[in-house]
Amino acid sequence: MSGAVIPTPAVQEELAGGEPATISGRARKRLTSRWASLAALIIAVLWTIPTFGLLLTSFRPEQSLKTTGWWTWFTNPELTLANYDEVLYGGTALSTYFINSIVITIPAVVIPVTIACLAAYAFAWMRFPYRDTLFVAVFALQIVPLQIALIPLLRLYVDTGLHGAGSFWPLWISHTIFALPLAIFLLHNFFKEVPAELVEAARVDGAGHVTIFLRIMLPLVTPAIAAFSIFQFLWVWNDLLVAVTMVGGTRDVAPLTARLAELAGSQGTEWHLLTAGAFVSIVIPVIVFLSLQRYFVRGLLAGSVKG
Amino acid sequence: MDNYEKLGQMLLAIALFVALMGVILLVTGRARRRADLWQSLAFVAPALLLLIVGLVYPAIRTGYQSFFDRTSENFVGLDNYDFVFTNEAMITVLRNTAIWVFLTPLLSTFIGLVYAVLVDRSRVEAAAKAVIFLPMAISLVGASIIWKFVYEYRPDQQGIEQIGLLNQVLVWLGAEPRQFLIGEPWNTLFLIVIMVWVQAGFAMTVLAAAIKAIPADITEAAQLDGLTGVRMFRYITVPSIRPALVVVLTTIAIGTLKVFDIVRTMTGGQFGTSVISYEFYTQGFRTLNTGIASSLAVVLFVLVVPIVVYNVRQMRKAEYR
Repeated sequence: MSGAVIPTPAVQEELAGGEPATISGRARKRLTSRWASLAALIIAVLWTIPTFGLLLTSFRPEQSLKTTGWWTWFTNPELTLANYDEVLYGGTALSTYFINSIVITIPAVVIPVTIACLAAYAFAWMRFPYRDTLFVAVFALQIVPLQIALIPLLRLYVDTGLHGAGSFWPLWISHTIFALPLAIFLLHNFFKEVPAELVEAARVDGAGHVTIFLRIMLPLVTPAIAAFSIFQFLWVWNDLLVAVTMVGGTRDVAPLTARLAELAGSQGTEWHLLTAGAFVSIVIPVIVFLSLQRYFVRGLLAGSVKG
Repeated sequence: MDNYEKLGQMLLAIALFVALMGVILLVTGRARRRADLWQSLAFVAPALLLLIVGLVYPAIRTGYQSFFDRTSENFVGLDNYDFVFTNEAMITVLRNTAIWVFLTPLLSTFIGLVYAVLVDRSRVEAAAKAVIFLPMAISLVGASIIWKFVYEYRPDQQGIEQIGLLNQVLVWLGAEPRQFLIGEPWNTLFLIVIMVWVQAGFAMTVLAAAIKAIPADITEAAQLDGLTGVRMFRYITVPSIRPALVVVLTTIAIGTLKVFDIVRTMTGGQFGTSVISYEFYTQGFRTLNTGIASSLAVVLFVLVVPIVVYNVRQMRKAEYR
């Protein structure tokens, strides 16, 4: 990812913090207009209908959904779980790809976040030669679109034997690498915000860097780590490009997105599988998103948006 | 390979990684001579190593390969770039990319901004925002399938009903259903709609936060001067959040340049809908023409750089405002 970063946490707090100094003048000035409410309502409905239509469709019997639109459900209501049953355990075996997605995603979040935390701490609080130069270099790497690295990277995996049947390493390593520039930069800003007195007091007490990092820093920046982890999770779970270029569509390692894209592209679209399949892939990110929305928004305002 | 085996492999990988990091920290923590330097190295080296091997080297290698033929064996000079900028199909690709990068940020930001203003401080603000925001959590593949179903076309014959909502609306209005994804150049616009649907939530969230950060005395003063509604929006809201607007526009533009999932899922690049990032994939991983693919990646890089630089500079401005 490259791009948007609103750097210091202080600024984000200000942005997200929200409440104006005086409420009097600003309260209840909008949505008083009926037209404004109507416009908002129209946008909200337009944004919801496509998803709603697909959700409803995924529960309709195969025969009905292939011949009539989902809106006919209101005059002819019939619901079934057959599509989900078939898509998960039938010939498409989406349950296998679901497991693949989980197996790909968890290490692809844990590994880069850990490595980035260490590096971010070092850039913020340790002294070593060329520190600032290196940090600027890492920052600059954010502009590199990942496409530019893909072909040689695949070559490296093949040459080193990491790209074997059933090996998840190409995906784990690639996602780690592509996450690092943004992660280091973002976390660095948060580590930097920790008051220097805290660190100095710990040093006076004889604590080394490892102790300071584990005992003082990590607890203090947990919200920032959570925010970035959610982004990385969503990004890896939803990724298609890295998946299809690094492992193709093989059943052993390909994630849900790769399988779905394949289904969507095949001739004579199997609508009943596609609709149910789409929701199988959507469920996890939506749960993560809804339960951790607070961190998500914070991360967004801090600039963790991947391209 | 069965599922338990895979999960086992995953746990093993995480355990290996944790053990490795633990050993590194432990060993360097015990260093006596030049302890500080060794510790810094332990903290930074894993990240730097990965970045150099996995990003810097491949990027340079791609640049180098862009001057070679499809198998990277023979030097061809600028031939690949010449092909990218003169071949007819490629010009369509470049044209489409330009349309995407121009329209997507503008439309998403406009809708996001209007919506943010409309629901700001209303009673249902949180729920109203979640509705627009939710598509951000969905993969672009998922979003494409959702919209594929909206655009679906069935031939206009007796006894055949439309199953795509948009065509059904056309039929209800008494018009002929049409193949939204096939007719050039309009099909690109219908693909862009999907990206706008996804990105408007991002624009809305960032802009809503910026709107809330407008100092109250400014809006109060404007109200005393009799500004309301659209004029308030035009003369107070928009100028006050200008830096945030630029950041949102550029961020979406960068994301749009790299969009590949929508084109692949919706049309597979057929019917003249391909874009640079999709063409990179077909050239590099389907037709296996490393030379052209590399030059396309370089073009993408060159296009992204000025936007990112502008984006970062605007952010700096926003920060020290």
